Parts: sequence; C-alpha cells; structure tokens
Amino acid sequence: MDAIKIIEDSQRKEIPSFKIGDTVNVNLKVKEGDKERFQSYEGVVIARRGSGTREMFTVRKISYGIGVERIFPIHSPTIEKIAVVKEGRVRRAKLYYLRSKKGKEAKVKEKAFTETS
Amino acid sequence: MKGILGKKVGMTQIFASDGGIVPVTVIEAGPCRVVYVRKPEKDGYTALQLGFDEMRKEKNVTKPLLGHFKKGSLPAFRFLREIKMGGHNTGDTVTVDIFNKGDKVSITGSSKGKGFQGVVKRYHYHGGPGSHGSMFHRAPGSIGSSAYPSRVWKNKGLPGHMGDRRVTTKNLEVIDVKKEQNILLVKGAVPGANGGYLIIRKNEG
Repeated sequence: MDAIKIIEDSQRKEIPSFKIGDTVNVNLKVKEGDKERFQSYEGVVIARRGSGTREMFTVRKISYGIGVERIFPIHSPTIEKIAVVKEGRVRRAKLYYLRSKKGKEAKVKEKAFTETS
Repeated sequence: MKGILGKKVGMTQIFASDGGIVPVTVIEAGPCRVVYVRKPEKDGYTALQLGFDEMRKEKNVTKPLLGHFKKGSLPAFRFLREIKMGGHNTGDTVTVDIFNKGDKVSITGSSKGKGFQGVVKRYHYHGGPGSHGSMFHRAPGSIGSSAYPSRVWKNKGLPGHMGDRRVTTKNLEVIDVKKEQNILLVKGAVPGANGGYLIIRKNEG
C-alpha cells in the first residue's frame, strides 16, 4: 500500500483552500495544436467530492443566459491556478438547488466579513 | 521474450500530461534472481527459472526445494517460475530495467477465487423469474437431450468452483517504470487480488 501512497502523493498539487459557495477563477491550460494558452473560467463552486488525488469540484456559471457547469479534478495538471474571487455564505455542502433558481435567488450571499487567520 | 515476476500492489490513477486520468495497476516487479537456466542441449528449450520474494525462514522450505536453491548458492524464494528468455546465468539479478515506458506487456496471475458457484454467476445463464408463482429461479434447467446422446455433453456448464484460475491479460501498456523502487505502472487492471503473484512478459516486436 505504501507504494500507492507515494505515487498518489507525487500527483498532488498545492491547492488554495476554497469552500462550497465561493466564487473562484480557474485558470486552465488549453492546447491548440502545439501552442499553449490560458483560459479562465469563473463561477460558483457548487460541489466538492472525493478525496486525495481523486477529489473533484464543480463550478457553475451563467454564460449568456445558459447555465454551464464544469467538473475539474482538483489536482489536474491542466489547472494552472485556482483563485478565490469571493467567499460565499452557504449552509449546504452541495448547492444543486441553484440549478432551479433564477435571478436574485440563484445568487450566493457573500460573506459579511472574512476571517483572518 | 523478456519477463519478470512481481506482486500486485493495487490500483490507483495518475494524470496524463494532457490532463486525462489514466487508471493504473501498481506492481512490485522484481528484483528476481535466476535460480536455474534451461538449455536446449539438456532440456530441449531455453528458459530462465526466476525466483521472487525471498522467504524469511529457511525452515518453511521443503528440503528438495532448498537443495535446488543451495545449488546456485541462493536464498529460498516464495515464487518460482520459468520465463522463456536467455542471456543470463544462475545467480544473476533481473530488475524492472528490462521494461520501458510505452512497452506492451502481458500479465499472468491467478484470478480471485469465487468458491462454489451456481450456473447463473458462473456461466451467465438467465435463470427464471423471481416471482409470479414461478418455481424456477436459478437452476440450470435442461442439461441435454434424451435418447441421443443419452449422456451429458462434455464441457456442459454446470455449477462448480469458480475463479482462482490462471488468467492472462494481454497487451497492457507500461505507463511508468520506477527503477529505484522496483515499481511498474501498467494501464488497466491485472488478474487477481492485491498481493497476488504475477508473471509479466514483454510483447515481442
């Protein structure tokens, strides 16, 4: 089992801490032919599941009036950077209810103040 | 052909450079010692008898086998198999160095034992309906005709022991070779339970 742990640890990356309800900006490496460029994807984290190298997170945004959700492996090498734009105040671990909400109801309240550590 | 003996450690996943996820089996492969060399003059074929996984206590080895190891002045090994390859002498060490990234290998192991199983699990018979007064559930049903052949055909699938058979998975891709740790990463699944012994053969060409 030790060998598996070594392999999995070598796959891990430094991940900034972000929570469900936070608005994040995910900077992705995109390969076009042999050129590489960055693409950013910003939205609300509505779910985090799994653990270790298998952990995935779901980011939801409204793009031109259409809801878009993308699921990323947290430790994926294509993710250049994850930046927390806004911290949200939510009371649930999975924000799937946002899918059936519109307008103001579909917004996550921002945290009144951020804890400093 | 080139080959080595190993032990299945377990499965995990690793990221490919393009961000894709590759399922891999981690194998502790080697180092093996050459215990005996089969020569065409004497045995009619070329092969190396490899030993893997050293025994901790010599008293647990049978005397005839111990004598066999002593002849090559080697320690006793738990797993002893022949692989049709040459180029080594008794006492030589075979390591994972023989494999490279991208190689195709065939891996042989013992499948997980399932015990005495019925025909539905063992041979995928359909069985009967579960309810509605049906009195036929998981039985095999008719196992043949009457006057001719007046017996049951050979190889008729019937209940019995399932699993724990020698199984080979062919053409698995080598994803990574960790030489210092004697670890081989192979794409996909490999027969048997974690901790089971494996024979890993490199595909020719």
